[in-house]
Amino acid sequence: MTTTKTQQIQTSTKPLRRRRTASLSGQQFAGPLFASPALLGLAIFLVAPFVLALVLSFYRVQLNSPRPARFVGFEQYARLFTDPDMSAAFGQALLNNFTFALIVVPVQTVLALALAVLVNRKLRGMVIFRTFIFMPLVFPLALTAVIWRLIYSRGDEGLLNAILGLFSGGALSSHDWLGDPATAMGSIIVMSIWQSVSFQMIIVLAALQSVPTELYEAASLDRASKWAQFLNVTVPGIRNTLIFVALITTIFSFRLFDQVYLLSRSGSVDRGSTETVMTQIINTGFDNNNVGQAAAMTVIFMLIITVIAIIQRAAARQRGGV
Amino acid sequence: MTMSSTAKPGQRGGSIKRTRRWQTALHYLILTAVSLFFFLPVYYLIVGSFRPSAEVLSGLSGFVPTNLSFDNYSGVFEHLSSGATGYFGQFAAVSIIVTTAVVAGSLVVNSMAAYSFARMQWRGKKIIFLLVIVLTIIPFEAVALPLYFMFSGQRDTILVQAIPFIANAFSIFLFYTFFLDVPGEIEEAARLDGAGPFRTFFQVVVPITKPAFATVAILTFLAQWGSYLWPVLMVSDPTVRPLPLAISIFQNQQPPEWGQVLAFGTMFIVPVLAVFLIFQRWFVASISSSAVKG
Repeated sequence: MTTTKTQQIQTSTKPLRRRRTASLSGQQFAGPLFASPALLGLAIFLVAPFVLALVLSFYRVQLNSPRPARFVGFEQYARLFTDPDMSAAFGQALLNNFTFALIVVPVQTVLALALAVLVNRKLRGMVIFRTFIFMPLVFPLALTAVIWRLIYSRGDEGLLNAILGLFSGGALSSHDWLGDPATAMGSIIVMSIWQSVSFQMIIVLAALQSVPTELYEAASLDRASKWAQFLNVTVPGIRNTLIFVALITTIFSFRLFDQVYLLSRSGSVDRGSTETVMTQIINTGFDNNNVGQAAAMTVIFMLIITVIAIIQRAAARQRGGV
Repeated sequence: MTMSSTAKPGQRGGSIKRTRRWQTALHYLILTAVSLFFFLPVYYLIVGSFRPSAEVLSGLSGFVPTNLSFDNYSGVFEHLSSGATGYFGQFAAVSIIVTTAVVAGSLVVNSMAAYSFARMQWRGKKIIFLLVIVLTIIPFEAVALPLYFMFSGQRDTILVQAIPFIANAFSIFLFYTFFLDVPGEIEEAARLDGAGPFRTFFQVVVPITKPAFATVAILTFLAQWGSYLWPVLMVSDPTVRPLPLAISIFQNQQPPEWGQVLAFGTMFIVPVLAVFLIFQRWFVASISSSAVKG
């Protein structure tokens, strides 16, 4: 797509070639000049730390420590998987991220689709409903965690418990949602979906509206039921968008940090069942000043993200070279 | 929308009309339930901020708007009234300054880079652009710790909170897709008028690609206003503490004053919510274009 466009531009300006070559030599200079501030920023704040993470992961190193950094080869990686002090916690964090992804990715993708279908109808008052659904989008995760911490409060003073108590006649009314290891991750999942599902929903909605109307007309001429139309026209029409949404949600799942860190700092969430790779990295590297170890975790984190991104690119390529 | 227009109620029997009415009623019912799920926490935040702290956490009565007052708001300002605790106005100022700097900086820097990649010919461009595209997959989380290691000497400054987020590979990519669609004739005309690349870009291209700038501005704003991980690492001095870090510290006070925490949260979000309500269409458009183009 990219190449055909630039070709079009080049062919359309053929008669002006002499002037173009004159200005082209100018671009030889102005081009890099235009790009350089951003490239400089990316080099210093993205590429350099990325390389540094790789380097640090081979050292035993602390910040502001009088002891010099010591090269230890692959020891940090080995410890992550064999040292019982480390491997249990790190394995648990990885497992928590995978659990989060395994639940959130299908649930949030299906919810995004369902919500998009729900609001993709011309009904009176739809603007207002949409506004309500879109609202959490502007909520920072730190604020989201604070609000939901109150909703999840243990005992019958918590909102969720009060609502459940109302419907169950008082039978369910004192659960400690965040403190109980069995429900802590589930509670984090619900608040995360509340905050971010409308983002995915907007993406799906745009895709829904780009499915050609003629396809629906043809389907209804064939007397296809609405459900059949949905399965045979809508879903195939937005398949690529759904793949895209599922994959960005997977990446979000592995970046999980803000909510968990904030809640675990305030002691209101069960740590073991909610610790993520990112909270481990910050606890190890920042709170415990074990920078080398945290760097090794960062590298593993990056490997996971890269694998997901490669899958995403492959899935995108399958749909015909975007 | 398209689906409902396929049935023609006038040509069918009354029973179909009746089922359609039932379907619409059901549709509204589901819409209401869903809207409640998304709106109740927002309502709880705002109403709770006007209620006595003791009544915020009191089961369902937390929803009832009684005993309303501004006490929690004055409480927040009383509570945050010394150098040790920091001041609410200071937190807000830090967030506003950092976010404004990042949004403004990223609009200039990333659009120029994207323009160079999309519309200029220079040696090495292709390979460098490919590298930028590869960089879009590195999330900030992956470099946060080494970046903290690199800049630990600059902790507790405004600059270190803003500068790392100005150049952004994804913003470059978004601008790039928009600039590809600019007709070549327009630039050619500017060139014939003797405009150099700077004038061509700022006076001809920028004015006709405003949606690109709105998109990047909104997405950058949302990410930056809520930025939490980087301040956790880089800020311990209350005078340069941004709002997300400030609320996470404020909610931990002992004994808890939940009404005040919600008042803090309301002041944190209401200005953003107001902007969102006015420019909702733009918010939605920028999010959908981040995917359709990306």
